Amino acid sequence: MPGTSLRTYLLTRLALVVPMVLILLTLVFLLMRVAPGNPISAALGGHVPPAVINQITHQLGFDRPLWRQYVDYLWDILRGNFGTTITDHRPLSQIILVNGAATLELTFFAMLVAIVVGVVIGLVAGRYRDTSLDVFGRLFGIVAYATPVFFLGLMAQLVFGVWLGWLPTSDQASPITQALLPTHTNILFIDAIIDRNWAALWDIVQHLILPSITLGLATAGIFIRLIRVNVIRTLRDDYIEAARARGINERDVVYHHAFKNALVPVITVVGLNMALLLGGAVLTETTFNWPGIGHALVTYLENRDYTAVQGIIVVFALVVVFVSVLVDFINAYVDPRIRY
Amino acid sequence: MASVSSRVVQPVARATKPIREAHGVARAMLWTGAAITLFFVVLALFAPWISPYNFNQYKSNGVRFPQLAHPSSKHWMGTTVQSSDVMARVIYGAQTELKVVVIALVMALVVGVPLGLLSGYFGGWIDRVLVLLMDAMFAFPYLLIAIVIAFLLSNTIGQGVLTAAIAITVAYVPLYFRVVRNHVISVREEPYVDAARALGAKPRTVIRRYVFFNVVQNVPPIATLNAADAILLLAALGFLGYGIQPSSGAEWGYDINRAVSDASSGIWWTGLFPGLAIVLLVTGLTLLGEGLNETLNPVLRRRRFGRIQFELFEEPVPALDE
Repeated sequence: MPGTSLRTYLLTRLALVVPMVLILLTLVFLLMRVAPGNPISAALGGHVPPAVINQITHQLGFDRPLWRQYVDYLWDILRGNFGTTITDHRPLSQIILVNGAATLELTFFAMLVAIVVGVVIGLVAGRYRDTSLDVFGRLFGIVAYATPVFFLGLMAQLVFGVWLGWLPTSDQASPITQALLPTHTNILFIDAIIDRNWAALWDIVQHLILPSITLGLATAGIFIRLIRVNVIRTLRDDYIEAARARGINERDVVYHHAFKNALVPVITVVGLNMALLLGGAVLTETTFNWPGIGHALVTYLENRDYTAVQGIIVVFALVVVFVSVLVDFINAYVDPRIRY
Repeated sequence: MASVSSRVVQPVARATKPIREAHGVARAMLWTGAAITLFFVVLALFAPWISPYNFNQYKSNGVRFPQLAHPSSKHWMGTTVQSSDVMARVIYGAQTELKVVVIALVMALVVGVPLGLLSGYFGGWIDRVLVLLMDAMFAFPYLLIAIVIAFLLSNTIGQGVLTAAIAITVAYVPLYFRVVRNHVISVREEPYVDAARALGAKPRTVIRRYVFFNVVQNVPPIATLNAADAILLLAALGFLGYGIQPSSGAEWGYDINRAVSDASSGIWWTGLFPGLAIVLLVTGLTLLGEGLNETLNPVLRRRRFGRIQFELFEEPVPALDE
């Protein structure tokens, strides 16, 4: 459809979200419900009398026909009701707000680290292809990718926490800061700024350094790889050749023509890696005892709390879809070729 | 039956030609990666002969090993809190990784490749439904898919090599599906496929003889990179406690999880060595995969000779560099 306007494109893209979300939600539902075993007895453990289990099963509606449960599940999500956990009766919306804020804080700073490290090394490696700089850059990227976040985190804790004693190795802030800092946004970093509480902010930043660098470096490996290939591809394009032919010096060609164009796809890469980053966040949060949503997921998995697990997975799914739509919008806005 | 050998040998020779002609960085990556991978495969296969102790052995000749002992001449990588030898656990860990990754990759290929072939070749509603399904799964963080699958299966099958392998398989099927399908779509309209169809070949024959071999060339680099990914995924599952049962095998991710509590008292050897094993093996597989990618993928390929000649069907492709 040549000549499609931005608006038509956006509307079409939005319409495609509906089946995508529906499929994801259905997959989650099927996985969680078709799985054998009674979720209630799994969550409450073996010491609860059967009568109590039956009663709670009935209360939560797990004894109704499957299609009925499915419809109710979709309807609840549509209304923004993600349920309440079985084990500690926390509403999922509260988990999303409080733990989600902690995850947001961590992933934001991790993404910053990843972008800075990835873009710098990726551009240099691609520009100086097949030189020792390139080999070093690629090797760094591969090793960064090959290092599991939890291993990097463990080593960082050992070196900077235990041996050097420079930085705290767990939690989001010291207990004092957490107790005294009033809640505005649930994101401690912003709360401290709102309150102009610089001591608390310093404390929070110290807690952020190790987890965000750990998660960021692990993600940077992928950025390096993709940006490097992009630069190589761009440097081979016709318009680069044309710029060279016009006698523009190599420096300007590289900096003004090639790099900018090589970086446009980074938006997409950032978006696509959101899923990866969320996965990495689960591991980083567990390693650093960071009270994020991934940490919550692991805890509820251990307690075999099906409602909580299902709710958190649904939230992850919605976030992933949301980010992918956002990325497409930004791309369509930046690059008109995509709309056609 | 002479035609059989020429039918097998020639394509193999043709397929490995780029590998033999690889040079420069790509060659170095390819061979370094292959050497590292081979090293771990040997460790895995001959673990009982290479390893000084068994992975869960905590005493020898009736004498219990010391707990959390520093690396020494008796225990090169020290011992854990359960008195088992860290080096033995690292070596036997290679065995576990190999088992799980091989099973997972084979299952993912067996499911993903045929689905991709069918979906890409026939198109229509099957294609649309499969693409929607797979895209939905692909969008999802695969670590989470694997965790949830492992969590659900641990109720029934129990934790073990198979559970971990299935969890990893489910996470990777969409990837193979996607790669194969997209490639089939681009190959489907090629003149030689059209020609085969025009000559009256059945879809079965066309897919098997013309499409499959063209598409399957893409699989080795992806499968290798995927094996690297699968090792990270297995380690992550193990770290979170959804890997394999500690009594049935040593697993590096699980060992790192155990090492977290040692770290606060400054004990480094229980975590460092399993971690280094992961880093080394994943680096090796990645080098191998990238090396393969660079030598097999014409877009990235650089060779000594000017022009790339495809013997069959295609017109000469101009060299991309120099």
